[in-house]
Amino acid sequence: MSAANTLRADLQLIADWVAPASRVLDLGCGDGALLSWLNRHKAVRGYGVDFDVNNVVRCVQAGVNAIQGNLETGLAEFEDQRFDHVVLSQTIQAMHNTEQILVEMLRVGREAIVTFPNFGYWENRWQILQGHMPVSETIPYQWYNTPNIHWCMLGDFEALCAKNGIRVLERVVMNEAKRIHFLPNLRGSLAFYRVARQTA
Amino acid sequence: MSDLTRSVGIVQAQTAVFDTPLQLASGAVLPDYQLCFETYGTLNAARSNAILICHALSGHHHVAGRYTPEDKAAGWWDNMVGPGKPIDTDRFFVVGLNNLGGCHGSTGPSSINPATGQPWGSSFPVVTVPDWVRSQARLADRLGIDRWAAIIGGSLGGMQTLQWSIDYPERVAHALVIASAPKLSAQNIAFNDVARQAILTDPDFHGGDYYAHDAIPRRGLRLARMLGHITYLSDDGMGEKFGRMLKCGDYQFGYEVEFEIESYLRYQGDKFSDYFDANTYLLMTKALDYFDPAKDLNDDLVAALKKASARFMVASFTSDWRFSPERSREIVKALVAADKEVVYGEIESVHGHDAFLMLDEPYVNLMRAYLNRVAEEVNA
Repeated sequence: MSAANTLRADLQLIADWVAPASRVLDLGCGDGALLSWLNRHKAVRGYGVDFDVNNVVRCVQAGVNAIQGNLETGLAEFEDQRFDHVVLSQTIQAMHNTEQILVEMLRVGREAIVTFPNFGYWENRWQILQGHMPVSETIPYQWYNTPNIHWCMLGDFEALCAKNGIRVLERVVMNEAKRIHFLPNLRGSLAFYRVARQTA
Repeated sequence: MSDLTRSVGIVQAQTAVFDTPLQLASGAVLPDYQLCFETYGTLNAARSNAILICHALSGHHHVAGRYTPEDKAAGWWDNMVGPGKPIDTDRFFVVGLNNLGGCHGSTGPSSINPATGQPWGSSFPVVTVPDWVRSQARLADRLGIDRWAAIIGGSLGGMQTLQWSIDYPERVAHALVIASAPKLSAQNIAFNDVARQAILTDPDFHGGDYYAHDAIPRRGLRLARMLGHITYLSDDGMGEKFGRMLKCGDYQFGYEVEFEIESYLRYQGDKFSDYFDANTYLLMTKALDYFDPAKDLNDDLVAALKKASARFMVASFTSDWRFSPERSREIVKALVAADKEVVYGEIESVHGHDAFLMLDEPYVNLMRAYLNRVAEEVNA
């Protein structure tokens, strides 16, 4: 059992948004750290989804129920409105079907939590000004081997939400575990959104 | 990967006789019957560490170990069941049995019907997956096992595992459903019917009473097995193993064995027809065809699985087209909708349906991780 009691700072922020005893779907769940913590500390029930069978094995070792699946093809295994929260952590920028997954998340869940590296972060801009694609702690890849194909900044993501009738309930922008309130799109490296369907 | 070589060693089959009549789904009643089984490992004091292995179409109770040191082959799942193996006999008490209607020691068509003193033959009733599960529950009673730590089955064995979880929810803690399906597709039933037709139209079949004629419908059984084998392998796996390899180097322009794949299939068919009973083959394929736990619930699999209280592990293999990953995902989808705990692995493998009997590394890792969790729960 990997029963770590402290979560990575970005996962902790997500965990804080999850209501106790709620039902959670964690997309791209990796080793199951978030669900394992939520399960032990907030009596949350749910499933992780991951493309990699080795991550499914890691989840089982952590006591997490993981379902192997491909997010690119949608969430066909899950019925409408099964979950209170659907989480997509630092994955949306690496997806082909970006818009589809966002819509799917709010089909199967009441609320979605989406996090992504903010491309508008000043260090990224500075590297571009210097003539290079950004490489940083939150973007640890070279342009030729990056899985990240759909970069966006805060405003871009919010525009995609608006286009799909999705309302932003809460936004937090962080840099190195600190919340950024002033000039977030310039000073924040990681964006966290809690979103829901616009009520008719 | 530690200790995949250790074995449970020399084992012995046991027989349990049941004289309480068993009411079957068909309406027929078996007045009495016996089940042949084997056990490995030790049942703990709390009787909480028992695992039941349900076999597939041609399986039986001899799951692991050897009867004598000279035995060429070990039990059919010896690579997965044993000390230090994923189904770890140092921690679990593992039970394998031969299903009712089988031909390896449990009462079946080739057994003597006490009422006539003759083999049952064509008069042996068709049994279904729920019938098997009821008979297995009686074996559990006999062994003093109220609740299985896990029930594990591949293919037709996975169907029994699902049925157990629905029919005896309080008696199954974990259900491992591997390379299975919630019910057969038309294509799958079609394959079974071709196999049955091969047997039924063999002149040596004698309407199922070939024992009295001192005959065996060997040709039919052989064809049935050859057909089955094709569907258990993947195109890629078969291509990798045999390709277009010729036995004699060049075309012979005749109808004898030329390609290696022909030789392999004929060998498998011959071997099978030496030891397997044709009536049992018919009966097993019918049990497969009839399996449909949602049938009496307006085809609502979710409603059927709502009854279960087990936690589930479902696994499928990418190249399995007889019981494809899509079919396993149907089970997963229904389990999620029924609000059950489920782990699902879709294992990359070239071994087709047979992969559930192989040792693809992610499969072994998944089984080991899941069963480790089961063992920890029962302090095994």
